[in-house]
Amino acid sequence: MTDQITTDPAKAVERLRAGSMTLSLAPWVIATVVLVFLPMVFTNNSALTIMNQMSITIVFALAYNMLLGQGGMLSFGHAVYAGVGGFACMHIMNMSDFFETIPLVILPVFGGLFGMGLAMIVGSFSTRSAGTVFAMISLGVGELIAACSVIIVAFFGGEEGISGNRTYAQPFFGVEFLQQIEVYYLTIAWLIISAALMYLWSRTPVGRMANAVRDNPERAQFLGYSARWVRYYSFVASGFFAGIAGGLFAINYEILTEENLNTASSGVILLVTFLGGVGFFFGPIIGAIAFTLLQTVLSLSTELWAFYAGVLFVATVMFFPGGLAGLIMMHVPAFKLGKASWLFVPYLKTLLPAAIGTLGLAALVEMTFHLRHAATGDNEMTLFWTTFDSHDIMPWVIAGAVTVIGLGIAKVTAPSLRDAWNEANTAGGVS
Amino acid sequence: MDLILVNLIDGLVTGLLLFMLSAGLTLIFSMMGVLNFAHASFYMLGAYFAYQISIALGFWMGLLIAPLIVGVLGAGVERYGLRRVHQYGHVPELIFTFGLALLIEELVQFIWGKNQMPYSVPDVLNFTAFAISGNSIPAYKIFMIFISIGIFLGLLYVLTKTRVGMIIQAALSYPRTVEALGHNVPLIFMGVFGVGTALAGVAGVIAGPVLGTFPGMAFVLGSIVFVTIVIGGLGSLWGALVASLLIGCLTTFAKSYNIEMENVLNAIGILTPDDLDDSIFRDFWSLTSPQIADILPYILMVLILIFRPAGLFGKRLS
Repeated sequence: MTDQITTDPAKAVERLRAGSMTLSLAPWVIATVVLVFLPMVFTNNSALTIMNQMSITIVFALAYNMLLGQGGMLSFGHAVYAGVGGFACMHIMNMSDFFETIPLVILPVFGGLFGMGLAMIVGSFSTRSAGTVFAMISLGVGELIAACSVIIVAFFGGEEGISGNRTYAQPFFGVEFLQQIEVYYLTIAWLIISAALMYLWSRTPVGRMANAVRDNPERAQFLGYSARWVRYYSFVASGFFAGIAGGLFAINYEILTEENLNTASSGVILLVTFLGGVGFFFGPIIGAIAFTLLQTVLSLSTELWAFYAGVLFVATVMFFPGGLAGLIMMHVPAFKLGKASWLFVPYLKTLLPAAIGTLGLAALVEMTFHLRHAATGDNEMTLFWTTFDSHDIMPWVIAGAVTVIGLGIAKVTAPSLRDAWNEANTAGGVS
Repeated sequence: MDLILVNLIDGLVTGLLLFMLSAGLTLIFSMMGVLNFAHASFYMLGAYFAYQISIALGFWMGLLIAPLIVGVLGAGVERYGLRRVHQYGHVPELIFTFGLALLIEELVQFIWGKNQMPYSVPDVLNFTAFAISGNSIPAYKIFMIFISIGIFLGLLYVLTKTRVGMIIQAALSYPRTVEALGHNVPLIFMGVFGVGTALAGVAGVIAGPVLGTFPGMAFVLGSIVFVTIVIGGLGSLWGALVASLLIGCLTTFAKSYNIEMENVLNAIGILTPDDLDDSIFRDFWSLTSPQIADILPYILMVLILIFRPAGLFGKRLS
């Protein structure tokens, strides 16, 4: 089996981490401090909404990566576990007698337990093998449950979903979670707890065996471990944390619909995780942050954001299978050699024109789209803060020229970047 | 009895359509060991290309040209996409085809928009072939059946009786040996991928007018196709045929006969509870077979995977 995604620089990181305890704890402390003080920088409500969304996606993506990155299992229906956890939380919210006796902060645990319960049932037959068969079962089960959501109205609420009210819970030290900011702190508390637990899980023998089974199940079995059970444990744990993400979603949005279960949501989480990089624990975190920002920014400015996301995804799979985290970790050797600064100017020379060229290309795409789909007579379009007539020849010439020149310069300077890269990653060397 | 016959024809049409997709998919799977998630997207591309061509040159040229374009595109995807991703392993390959499926859907929306295309049955075939006790059978359905069966027989002949087919079969099982004998195995792989996607394209061309040509068409059929080849057994052509027909008939019959869960449960001796409206199982009791027709394949797949993981005709698990 070659179901592994490994990037070589991982070894460098291991050595780095083994160095000292403070070094391995530092990112956690910094991240916590940043999360706590972030609302003071971005005070408006829409920023809080985005940050909540981001935190939930991070928990979900980390849970997903327990399967994909650490266990080598590709699931096409993981939104189901988050969704079912969320629906369970919603029902608990609506059971007012019970809900009044528990503080809201522990609600995600119930979501997690329900996600875990479903994962235990599904996992009992789906984790028999990894790879394609597992992927197919996950897809089938995902479709099945998503389709059930319109049939079993009592639990899933049919087309309109179910909604509730989080403020009916028992106040938690006087906090009733009326305001977005209070929900934000609840969400990040759960984010930090779950991230830490998932990280620790990956360090336990079970987590380590999941890596071994991913890389070589046969050999792991010769060592006396049952590959199936190792996969099963990973799957169940992943279902638990996905359920927590679902619970957080329920608290944050107070409504769950079929959309939380369907294959599109499962596809998005795969995209997020892979974009961030499955080879490293922090990959999905980066992916979730980048994707949420991308989604928010792009969907505000263009109708075609899903198209760009698709292009980005396919490009990532083809050219950077390590994802963003892989790209970052590629630079660790250069940093350790103290030569990272050598890369700065070559990067600027190549990436800046490439970015400008890509923007030019995007402009061409947008103009084509406008030309084809805008209502007849509606020739005006606004792009990059300039308004022009998309039926004129001039904007096309400009955009085309920007594209060709930008990408052309990038192509010319690429060899020198490659040389600089090789130079920076070679030990010694004076010049 | 007559209704059964009508439904059987409908089931046959659906099943054979599914088979045209699953045949290519299962061939590609046994060849590269990877499931092509974008397979149904090529089916969609076939329909859209045929629509575009049919505006200019008519339906028949569309039927001829569109699958060729789709096949060339498919071969290109194998040559420049999959072969590149292959070095990273199976999971990235699956993810690549998944991303490709998303991308093609977005691309189709980009070019043709989100609305359904007015791609319709050609006038030559737009008449009633015959009627069974008042239920008219359109000639186009008969045409679909004949095209599908013709393609199946052609595929069977090429794969089992010709030299090319022998080399393909050998390359599927022992690529290294075939390569050592002097055959260009990567070229064979590319060819099989191209032919598989072209088959999907044909399915799209002939299904577009009846099932509708819209950006969601790949998604609607896509997951059913995977279910089909899993039920039939991954990599088995005969399994794909049997499973396609099975699913085609199953969904058609479930849709046309309104079987209610309440009656079924009463028949096997479980009485309807008095307080049905308050019961948490009320949705379960009020289930009807048209309601669950679309999820029957998934239920079947889960059952097959639990009781016979290799599928109906599959030889081994992975």
